[in-house]
Amino acid sequence: MKRISVTVNGVRHEADVEPRTLLVHFIREQLELTGTNVGCDTSSCGACTILMNGQSAKSCTVLAVQADGAEVTTVEGLVSNGDWHPVQKAFHEQHGLQCGFCTPGMMMAAVGYLDENPSPTEDEVRLALEGNLCRCTGYHNIVKAVLAAADDMGS
Amino acid sequence: MIPASFDYERASSLDEALSLLAAGGEDARPLAGGHSLLPLMRLRLARPSLLVDIGGLDELRGVHDDGDSVTIGALTTHHEVAGAAALTGGSGLIAKVAGGIGDPQVRHRGTLGGSVAHADPASDLPAALLALDAEVTLAGPGGTRSVAAADFFIGPFMSAADDGEIVTGVRVPKQEGWGSAYQKFQRRAQDWAIVGVAAVVNWTDSGIAGAAIGLTNMGGTPLRARAVEAALTGTSEKAQILEAVSKVSELETPPADENASSEYRLHLAQVLIARAVAEAAGCPGMQR
Repeated sequence: MKRISVTVNGVRHEADVEPRTLLVHFIREQLELTGTNVGCDTSSCGACTILMNGQSAKSCTVLAVQADGAEVTTVEGLVSNGDWHPVQKAFHEQHGLQCGFCTPGMMMAAVGYLDENPSPTEDEVRLALEGNLCRCTGYHNIVKAVLAAADDMGS
Repeated sequence: MIPASFDYERASSLDEALSLLAAGGEDARPLAGGHSLLPLMRLRLARPSLLVDIGGLDELRGVHDDGDSVTIGALTTHHEVAGAAALTGGSGLIAKVAGGIGDPQVRHRGTLGGSVAHADPASDLPAALLALDAEVTLAGPGGTRSVAAADFFIGPFMSAADDGEIVTGVRVPKQEGWGSAYQKFQRRAQDWAIVGVAAVVNWTDSGIAGAAIGLTNMGGTPLRARAVEAALTGTSEKAQILEAVSKVSELETPPADENASSEYRLHLAQVLIARAVAEAAGCPGMQR
């Protein structure tokens, strides 16, 4: 076992983990933050997307030990003082989800991207979400939601 | 799936990493971003006994402008390489290629050194390094050395790096005044390239004064299309370029797999070389 210290959603956690524990399993099973989903388990679908030191990452392809010392944000960390993040609001208002499984990863990828590019074009949003798959094929409203969130955050 | 058990050590210096690898024996592996190694470990196609995490070695991170060449540290992420201002001229090819690897999440974690060390014949960076006559720098128990990209990739997932050696970076000639392009064909977003073409072209008033073409997934290693390069030199018209690209048939027959037959790969290579050369030359009129 290895001792790690990871700050998740602003709270520092010290824990013992097996080296082979994937970050997504640490988040879901040890921290019991189950908003982050495991989808494909092959680094393709993006359902497990979190922010690691501010950048989007697929937490199924990171070892928990690699996150020692890192700042991690999961979908649970988007709410601040009980208020939804503009990206969460926009996904709700634009109906940016159908079954909802890909939604946490989509929102985390979007939050990370809007931090990098606050006023993207539609094409840029589509490219930025290249690493997130929606099996309901609800992309149209997902893209609309990200654009609406960008507008909201810029105003 | 969860990887098989392994030991894990985080190195705090390159020397410490090399000692840990040496002590760990032939099944010890360095770990950087893990975006090639961890997927293999999850499928249990790789079962290292020890991972030596070099992710914290800041000395291996960053893009340095050395005048007529650029040095890129092994731990520089694809995202960082894609945005590196020092990669100008022909070396801009590396930034273009890095910006198209995987997806944003993969580019945030995946590293240049990891991709190079993995030596996957379908990965994009090796062909670009080959086209630019780049050098791969290595550190091992016996010291440091550099190996030309042409000598580094020796087979599918096989490189000239010895057990216990770590790829520390690459040195890329800038080739000021040259243009570059990377064209790859994939059936779905994120897929490996069925064929990829890395081109650098020296376009002058009298046409193409020099060209270098690296090919992805046309063999067990990245390949140079030398016959095409020679035929391109001195050309300036679209018809001449199309004639030159047909010389790609002089290469050894490319592999066939579930994505493409050998004939289809040869066809794709010709189409993509023509597009990449036109784009690198900066002549939109010659495209398509």
